[in-house]
Amino acid sequence: MEFTFTEEEERFRTEVQEFLAENLPDDAKRSDPAFLADWNRKVRETRWVGFSWPKEVGGGGGVIVEQVILKAEMAKRRAPSLGNCFMGLAWVGSSIIQYGTEEQKKRFIPDILDGKYQWCTGYSEPDYGSDLASLQCKAVREGDEYVINGQKIWTSIAMWSKWMILLVRTDPDAKKHDGITCVLVEMKDPGIEVRPIENMAGGAMFAEVFFTDVRVPVENRLGAEGQGWQVTISALANERSGIAEVTGMFRKLEELKELARRSRRNGKPATEDPGVRKKLARFEAQVEAMRLNGMRYLTKQLKGEPLSSETSVNKLHRAELEVTMGDYALELLGSSSQYAQGSNASIDRGKWQTGALNWPEVVIGGGTPNIQKNIISERILGLPKD
Amino acid sequence: MNFGFTEEQELLRDEVRKFLDEQCPMDRVRELMKTGDGYSPELWKQMAELGWLGLTIPEEYGGAGLSWVDLVVLLEETGRTLYPSPFISTMLAAAAILDSGDDAQKQRFLPGLADGSRIGTLALLEEADVLGVEGIGLLGKRDGNDFVLSGTKSFVSDAGSANLFVVAFRSGEGANDVTLALIEREANGVSAESFPVMDQTKRLGQLALDEVRVPADAVLGKPGEAAAAITRLFDRGAVAVSAEMVGAAEGALYLTVQFAKDRIQFDQPIGKYQGVKHPLAEMYVDVESFKSLVYYAAWALDESPAEAPRSVSLAKAYATDAFARIGIDGVQLHGAVGYTAEYDVQLYLKRSKWARPIFGDADHHYERVAALGGL
Repeated sequence: MEFTFTEEEERFRTEVQEFLAENLPDDAKRSDPAFLADWNRKVRETRWVGFSWPKEVGGGGGVIVEQVILKAEMAKRRAPSLGNCFMGLAWVGSSIIQYGTEEQKKRFIPDILDGKYQWCTGYSEPDYGSDLASLQCKAVREGDEYVINGQKIWTSIAMWSKWMILLVRTDPDAKKHDGITCVLVEMKDPGIEVRPIENMAGGAMFAEVFFTDVRVPVENRLGAEGQGWQVTISALANERSGIAEVTGMFRKLEELKELARRSRRNGKPATEDPGVRKKLARFEAQVEAMRLNGMRYLTKQLKGEPLSSETSVNKLHRAELEVTMGDYALELLGSSSQYAQGSNASIDRGKWQTGALNWPEVVIGGGTPNIQKNIISERILGLPKD
Repeated sequence: MNFGFTEEQELLRDEVRKFLDEQCPMDRVRELMKTGDGYSPELWKQMAELGWLGLTIPEEYGGAGLSWVDLVVLLEETGRTLYPSPFISTMLAAAAILDSGDDAQKQRFLPGLADGSRIGTLALLEEADVLGVEGIGLLGKRDGNDFVLSGTKSFVSDAGSANLFVVAFRSGEGANDVTLALIEREANGVSAESFPVMDQTKRLGQLALDEVRVPADAVLGKPGEAAAAITRLFDRGAVAVSAEMVGAAEGALYLTVQFAKDRIQFDQPIGKYQGVKHPLAEMYVDVESFKSLVYYAAWALDESPAEAPRSVSLAKAYATDAFARIGIDGVQLHGAVGYTAEYDVQLYLKRSKWARPIFGDADHHYERVAALGGL
C-alpha cells in the first residue's frame, strides 16, 4: 500500500492549484454570470475541459490519476465545473466519440467543449423509469427520416437545451433491449413540447417532453438501429471511482459540524450532547468509507481493470448520506427549521431546507437505491434475477 | 497511489486460506472449541513453522519482519474460518515488546513467541472495563528496584493458555503514571484461567497476582511512562479484532448467500426475492466499507501514526455496528435452521457479539472520533 503520488503527478497537482489560485479568488461570486463567462473562457484555454477524451477529438487526453487529481483539487476549492455543457461533457460526448460517425464528431464535439449550448437526456418515460429497457416512445422510419411520437419525463434542463440524446423504440417486435435506437434530436422542432415540472423544493429543473410527428434525419442516429441500449450502457459502463464526490461530502459534513457548534439542545451546546456527537461521527465514518472505497476502486482502475457494479456501493452510501445529513441539519435546527426560505426568521436564508428537500436529484436520478441493491445482489453476489 | 495488496500478500492469503481450509474446516473448529484451551497445539506448531506466528517480528528476533498490513491478510482468513487460537493475543504481546521493550527483552522473549513455545497476551483491563489509562487501578508497590503487584486483571484473552502476560499497573500518583511489565506464568504468585465464553471459538478470563515481583528488567519502557504505549496497544488490538471481523462478516455473508440460492420457497430460490436479496446487498456494502477502513487503519498504525487514532476508531466503530447487524440478519435470513446449533451461521452471530466490546464498542470509538474531530 502506498498513498503518495509520483513527482510528475504532484507537478500536475501544483499546476492545477496555481491555476485555481490565480483564477478563483476566495471571494469569487461563483454564480455570477460575468464571473462564470470569464471562468469558462479561461478553463477552455487549459486542456481540462473534456480531460478524459482523446486528443484527436479535441479532448485533454488526461490519464486516470490526473483526472482524479484535477477533480479533487477543483472540489477542494469549490470551483465551478469545467466547461458549461454539463450532460454533453458527462456522457453525451463520450457516447458520440464511441459510436458517432466522423460527421457527428465534427459537428457536436467542438460545440460541447466550447459549451455553445446545452444537451438534455431523453431516457425515462411515465411508465418506464427503473424498467428503462421497456420504453415505448416510438420511431418509424420513413425514407431518410425517423418519425417520432411519444413522451419522455424527468428530463433535466430540457427547457434550456438545444439538443437531446433520445432513446426510441424502432422495432416493437424485437426483444425489449434489441428494439431500441439512439437518436440526436434538435429541440427546436415544432413537434416537441416541453412542460417544466415543479419539484418539492420549489424549483423546476426537469420537465415532461412530448413528441408529435417529430422528424429526425437518419444521419442523426447514434450507432446502428437497434443498438441504442448498448450505446446507453457503455456510456454508463465506464464508471468512475467517485473520489471527487467525496470531497463534496466532507465539505457537507464540515458544514453540519459547524451548524452543530452554533446550535443548542436542552439548553446546552449541541456538541455536548452524546447523541449529536455520535451521529456526526457516524456520518464521518461513512464518508471516510466512501473515500477509501474510492481509493480501492481507483487502484483497480490503475491496474487496468474496468469498474462496474462495485461502484453501486458508494452510490448507496452517497444516497443515504444525502438524505440523512440533509435531514439531520433540520433536526439540529429544532423548531426554527420550520421558517421557510425567504422568511426573515429563517436560519441561513433557509439553505438547510433546500438541502433537506433536494436529495432526490442525486438519490433517485442515477438509479434508485433499490435498483443499486438489485445490481449488487445479482451481479456481484450472483443471486437469481428478480 | 496503490490501495491494494502486493503479489506477495496475495500469495500469503492463498497460502493461509489453503492451510485453514485443509487443516481446520468447520467440523474441526467445532471440535476445538469444545476443548479446554480452545486451540490445537499441533496446528499452532505448524503455524510457527510456516512463519506466521513471527509474521510481524523482525528477522533478527526469529520472525519474518512483515507489517501489520500483512497481518491483516492473515487475520481476515482466521476470521473467515473462525479459526480458534491465541493468535491475536500473541501478536499483541509481541507488539508490546517491539513497541516498548529494550534489546535484551526482545532477545529474550520474541524468539519464543515466533517459534510457538510462548503464548502471549495483554492484561490491561480490570473489572471496571474502562478502555484507557484511567481504567488501571492495580497498584505496583516499590520495593527497591522491583515492583510488587497484588490484584486482578480482567478480560484477559486466552488467559488460560498464555504463559507471558503484558500487565499494566499504576506506578505513582499522577493520572498518567502507569507502567507496562512482562510477567511469566511460572513466576511466584501468578494464576490465570479462562472462563467459558458465549463465542466458544474465543477464550477470555482473568489473571490473578499475589505479591508478584516485577524486577526492573521486566518493565517495558520507562516506569510511569507507558500511557502512550497502552493507547497504541488498544489501537493495535482494535485493528486486529476488526481484521478478523472483515473475514468473519464476509464468511457470514457468503454462507447466507449460498443458503439463499439453495433454499426454495414458493417454487423459487429465496434469493430471488428482494426481501432477501436487498439485506444481502446491504451486508455487502457494509463489509466492503469497513474492509476499506480496516486496511487503512492497519496501514496507518505503522506508516502514519499521527492519523492512526482516528482511522482505527472509524474502522472499529463501523465494523462493530455493521457486523452485529450482519450476524443477526444472517441468522434471520436462514429462518428456523439458523437458530439451530447444527448450522454454522450462529457461530458467526456469536463472533459478532464477541467482537463488539473487545477493544472498544461503537459508542466508545465514535466518541473518540468526535473528540478528535474537534467536537
